[in-house]
Amino acid sequence: MNMDSRNYLLLLLGMAFVTYLPRLIPVMILSKRNIPEVLVKFLKFIPVSVLSALLLPNILMVDNKINLSSSNTLLVTSILTFPLAYKTRNMFLTVIAGMITLVILNRLMV
Amino acid sequence: MTNLEKRELIFGIKRAAPIVMGYVPVGFALGVLAADAGLSPLQTGMMSLLVYAGSAQFIAVSMLSAGAGYLPIIATTFLVNLRHILFSASLSPYFKEISQKIIPLISFYITDESFAVSITDAKEGNLAYTYFLGLYITSYLSWVISTVLGVTFGALIPNTKALGFDFALPGMFMALLCMQIKDRKTAFAALVAGLLSIFFLYILPGNWNVILASIITAMIGVLMEK
Repeated sequence: MNMDSRNYLLLLLGMAFVTYLPRLIPVMILSKRNIPEVLVKFLKFIPVSVLSALLLPNILMVDNKINLSSSNTLLVTSILTFPLAYKTRNMFLTVIAGMITLVILNRLMV
Repeated sequence: MTNLEKRELIFGIKRAAPIVMGYVPVGFALGVLAADAGLSPLQTGMMSLLVYAGSAQFIAVSMLSAGAGYLPIIATTFLVNLRHILFSASLSPYFKEISQKIIPLISFYITDESFAVSITDAKEGNLAYTYFLGLYITSYLSWVISTVLGVTFGALIPNTKALGFDFALPGMFMALLCMQIKDRKTAFAALVAGLLSIFFLYILPGNWNVILASIITAMIGVLMEK
């Protein structure tokens, strides 16, 4: 690909601009104001929803399709690690234990 | 910087550990794709520095290698990154004590992962601005550096999958999700949002699943609160 560097910089600036605005504007508008009650309730459910919306496809789907079989080692790892995550609520411990589990499972599958 | 601010800075940096473990292999993989698409380490590093949004960068790189025009790439980037509106709005109550001058800097670093960690910590108690800087900039640097390393040395490392890094981000989301589930309502919201997210992945192209699933679930949440 022949990349004209001045044009490429314009592309990056465009991408940077449209990415930055959604990050900046809500917090600039809302952080120094009293947020309406209904919006407070709405935002209360955003973290739990976002986390689940990110996590579930990640572990239940392989190559854009639901895969609930044991060949989905990421899912098996998640099921095995879930009690630890729930009990300790410790990110780092969960990640490390899960990574070790995943390495072992991947070896077993080969 | 006061002593408290220093402590919070260090706390923020420590909390970035699982994010870094997730970003390094993913950033590296992006760098490898960027090299295949004909981008130089400088061009790839500049994209990470200026845009700093993983999924949008993957899409941009694949659109570039398919020969797409710049306007479609910018438009797609905008759509894919619209979900940050929700993160920015959710963080705003916790930015009340933070100077209006620093907010534009901090908000630049909002990603899925940095949002998820900081919103969980923010709910536990007041956080100084230095916490956000520590967490956010550590994550940012790991992303920028790993993408550049990926372009430069991608050919040298055959398979990062064997090392289990695939679990770093899901594992982090799972631990954070456990912290967010406090009662029946939040457990129900988690179930609904996860299933909706998969549903939207099946029926809609692009990355609409997270934003649509979250908005619909939060609206159901508002109704449950009444």
